[in-house]
Amino acid sequence: MVGIRSYGGYVPRFRLNKMIIFGAMGWLNPANIMNAQGEKAVANFDEDSVTMATAAAIDCVTGFDRADIGGVYFASTTASYRERLCANLVAGALAADEGIRTADFAGGLKAGTTALLAALDAVGAGNANDVVVSASDCRLGKMASVQELMFGDGAAAFMVSDKDVIAEFKGSYSTGHDFVDHFRGAEAKYDRQWEERWIRDVGFGQFVPEAINGLCEKCGVAPTDFAKIIYPCYYGGARKKINKTFAFEPEKVQDNMQAAIGDTGSAQSLMMLASALEEAKPGDKMLVVGYGSGCDALFFEVTDNITRLTPRRGISGSLAKRTDLDNYLKYLTWRRMVPADTGLRGEEQKWTRWTLQWRNHKMILGMEASKCKKCGTQQYPPQRICVNPECGAIDEMEPVVVSDKGGKIFSFTSDMLAASLNPPAMYGTVDINDGGRYVFDFTDCSIDDLAVGKPVEFSFRIKYYDAMRDITNYFWKAVPVAEEAE
Amino acid sequence: MAEGIRDKVVILGMGCTRFGERWDSNPDDLAVEAFIECLEDAQIEKKDIQASWLGSHIDEINIGKGGNFLGLALKLPLIPVTRVENFCASGTESFRGACYGVASGAYDIALAFGIEKLKDTGYGGLPDSPAFGQMQVAIGPNATAPGMFAQLATAYSARYDVPMERVKEAMAHVSWKSHQNGAKNPRAHLRKPIPIEQIMGAPMIAYPLGLFDCCGVSDGAACAIVTTPEIMKKIKPNDDQVKVKALQISVSSGEEALYTDWDGAGMLTTRKASSMAYEEAGIKNPRGEISMMEVHDCFSITELATMEDLHISEPGKGPDDVLDGFYDLDGQIPCQPDGGLKCFGHPIAASGLRMIYEMYSQFLGRWPEERAVKDPKFGLTHNLGGVPNQNVCSIAILGRD
Repeated sequence: MVGIRSYGGYVPRFRLNKMIIFGAMGWLNPANIMNAQGEKAVANFDEDSVTMATAAAIDCVTGFDRADIGGVYFASTTASYRERLCANLVAGALAADEGIRTADFAGGLKAGTTALLAALDAVGAGNANDVVVSASDCRLGKMASVQELMFGDGAAAFMVSDKDVIAEFKGSYSTGHDFVDHFRGAEAKYDRQWEERWIRDVGFGQFVPEAINGLCEKCGVAPTDFAKIIYPCYYGGARKKINKTFAFEPEKVQDNMQAAIGDTGSAQSLMMLASALEEAKPGDKMLVVGYGSGCDALFFEVTDNITRLTPRRGISGSLAKRTDLDNYLKYLTWRRMVPADTGLRGEEQKWTRWTLQWRNHKMILGMEASKCKKCGTQQYPPQRICVNPECGAIDEMEPVVVSDKGGKIFSFTSDMLAASLNPPAMYGTVDINDGGRYVFDFTDCSIDDLAVGKPVEFSFRIKYYDAMRDITNYFWKAVPVAEEAE
Repeated sequence: MAEGIRDKVVILGMGCTRFGERWDSNPDDLAVEAFIECLEDAQIEKKDIQASWLGSHIDEINIGKGGNFLGLALKLPLIPVTRVENFCASGTESFRGACYGVASGAYDIALAFGIEKLKDTGYGGLPDSPAFGQMQVAIGPNATAPGMFAQLATAYSARYDVPMERVKEAMAHVSWKSHQNGAKNPRAHLRKPIPIEQIMGAPMIAYPLGLFDCCGVSDGAACAIVTTPEIMKKIKPNDDQVKVKALQISVSSGEEALYTDWDGAGMLTTRKASSMAYEEAGIKNPRGEISMMEVHDCFSITELATMEDLHISEPGKGPDDVLDGFYDLDGQIPCQPDGGLKCFGHPIAASGLRMIYEMYSQFLGRWPEERAVKDPKFGLTHNLGGVPNQNVCSIAILGRD
C-alpha cells in the first residue's frame, strides 16, 4: 500500500494585516479594498522557501528515524537558486543520508502536487521509500498589486511510503496547459498576471472541474464520495460554482486559508491537505487538486494509522504561533523590495567559500556535532581533540546530529550595533541539550523572550544574503520556546 | 625550572601619542610621534636599537602585514622587525618579545611598538571582520564586540544572582570613574566627566551595555625601549629603574566556547594568567600588594569581571568593591588612572603599551598631583583580546625597587 505516511506544515510567524497594505498603497489601487480582508503570513527576514520547506519537513519527520529518509523532493517557484539543487539543502538540514534521490520541482504552481506524484510513483515502483516531499513558496507581488494582497508564505511536507501509510494513494489524473494566467520571466522578481475574470472563468472554472472529472472517471469514484475536498481557488464566485457543479457539501470543502495565510503558490494545495489530515478520520476519501499550468488531481483514502501518528505542530500549530507585523515598510525591506541602509557595517563583504562549505556541509547544514567515545562529551562544532579538559582524547569522536535537540540559553544580548534587517540582532550562548555550547543568533523573538535558562529549539534560517554574488547562505538559529503551561 | 622574567629587564624609555580620532594622521605620523618621545626619553640614538617587535591587530585597514611598516616609518637601520598579532594583547606581546630578546642576551636594547589606525573604516565600533577565520562567516553569529561582552553581564547576573540593576549600577561606576580620570589627561581620547545618571540613561548598544559602557575606538601608537638593569645604569646612572616583574599570556582552550563548565561570568584566561604573573613577580597577596592597575575595560562589564578574575575582588563581590570606590583614583587600588580604554581610547595594539606607559610614568612620578598614584610598588596591566568565550589575556607586572 503506497501513500502518505506522515505530514508536516509550516506557517511563518509574522502576519501582515492586509488593511495595513491597503492603508499604505490603496491610494494607487482603490479597488484592492476587495482583496484586503484578513492577513497574510509573511516570512521573517531570515526565511525563504528553502527554510520554510525545511521547517515543514522537520515537522513531517517528527517521530521517524531520519536515517530512513529515502528521498527529498523540494517544490517551489521561488527557490533561492536557479542552479544549485535546493532539495539538497532541505535534505542536508534533515541530516538525511546522501545516497538518496533529491530533486527540485519548479515552474508552474502545480509543482507541489507534481512532486508528491513523483514520490508516489517512485515509491510505487519500488525505487525509493520514505520520500520526503516539501513544497514552499514566498511569491512577491508589486506594491499595490492584487498579488501582494493575495499571496502568502508557507510550506507543507509529506513522507511518502509503502508502509504504515495514513492516507493510501488511490489514483491521479493530470493535465498540462500552457495557460499563462501568472508568470515570472527568468529575471523577474514579481509575479505578473492576466485579467482575473479570465483566470477565474477558464483557469479555475474549467481546469479544476476538468481534473476532478478526469480523476473520478479514471478511478471510478463519484465527486460526492469525497469527505475532504481540496482545491485552490481564491475567487469566491468560482469556488461557489465548482462546489455547485459537483454538489460538494460546503463543510467537506477545505478552507483555502486565504484570510489567514494567503495563496502559497506551489504549497497551497499541500498546505490544505496537511490541514485536512489534522482532522481526517479513517475511511475518509480525499480529493486534492493542484493548480497552475494545468492540474494534478489526487485521490487518497485515510487509514487507521492516522490515529497512531505522533502528534506534530502541523499547519494549525504553526498558525497559532503568530506575531503581528505592524509595519508595511518592514515587510518591503525584508523582501528587499525597497533599498534600505543598514550602515557601512552592513556593506562589509561576506565571502562564501564553497570549498569550506562542502568540507563542512554536515556540520553546517545538518548541525552534526561530535561525541567523545571516551568521556561522552557532546561538542559542537565537531572537534578532533575532546574539549573536556579532563579528557582530551584525540580522534575518538562519533558524529551526532543535534539540530533536533534544542538547548537552553546560557547568556544573551540584543545588539544595536550589528548590521541587521531586523534590529536589534539578538544572539547568545546556548547550552545544547545533552552537551556542547555554541553562540547562536536568536530569531522569531523579542528581547523579552530571552532569559538565562530559557529553552530554545533550532531553526534552519538564512544566515546572510550576499547581494553582490546572489548567494543565499543558510545556517541554524535558536528560537526561544514558550514554556508549555501545564 | 624556568626562572621567569622578573627583574631581568628594565624600561629605558617610552612614548605614547595622544589617542583619538586622528583624522589628520597616517599610521606613519603616529609611529614617528611616539618614537620621538620614546627615543628622547631613553637617551639613546636610533642606531643603538638592535631589534624591534611591532604589534598591530587589524592589518587590512591599518598598516598592512609584516614588519616593514615600522622599518620604513622610522627608517630603522635594517634591524629585525617582528610583527606580532594577538588581538588586544598585541601591544603587550610586542613588549614581551622585546623583553625576552633582551633577557635572553640576544640583544642589549630592543624596541617594542604598538600601533593601530582604526578610524579609516567610516563607521563606529571595530571593523567587521571574520577575526576567528572563515568558518565564522558560515556559522558564527551576527555579533559585534559589545554584544559578545554584554553576555558577560547576563551570565554574571545569573551566576551570582546579582540583580541586573545592581550590575548596571556597578558598570556605571566603572565608566564614571574612568571619565573622571580621563578628563584630567591631555592625551586621552574622551576628556569629559559624565554624571552617573547620564551613564545609566544612555541609549542601549547591546543589552545591558549602554553607550557609556563601551570604550572609544581610537587611533594611536605607543612604544617602549627596554634593556637590562646593568646597561640602564650606564646610560641613566641617576634614574630610578622601572623593572619588569612578570609577563604572562593565557589563551582560551575551547573550554569556555564549547564545554559547559565555564560560568560565563569572567575570563578563565585572566584567572590563569594573573595567578602565573603573581607567582612570577613574587606577589602573595595581590589585593594588598598591587598599587595600581590599567586593565582592559573594553566594556565596563569586562573591567567589573576582571576585578574578580585578577583575584583582587572576591567572586561575586566585584560590584561591592567598585561601588565602594576601592578602584577609584583615591581608592585602595586605583584602576585606570589614565582613563582606561574607556576614555584614553583603544587603538587595539597600542593599548597594552599605553597601559605600561601609564604605569611607567606613575612610577617615575611624572604626572601632576591631581592624577598621581602615591608611592606605587607594583603596577599591573591587563589586556583581553577576542571575546569572553574565546580570547587571549596578557598580564604585565612592573615594579620600582
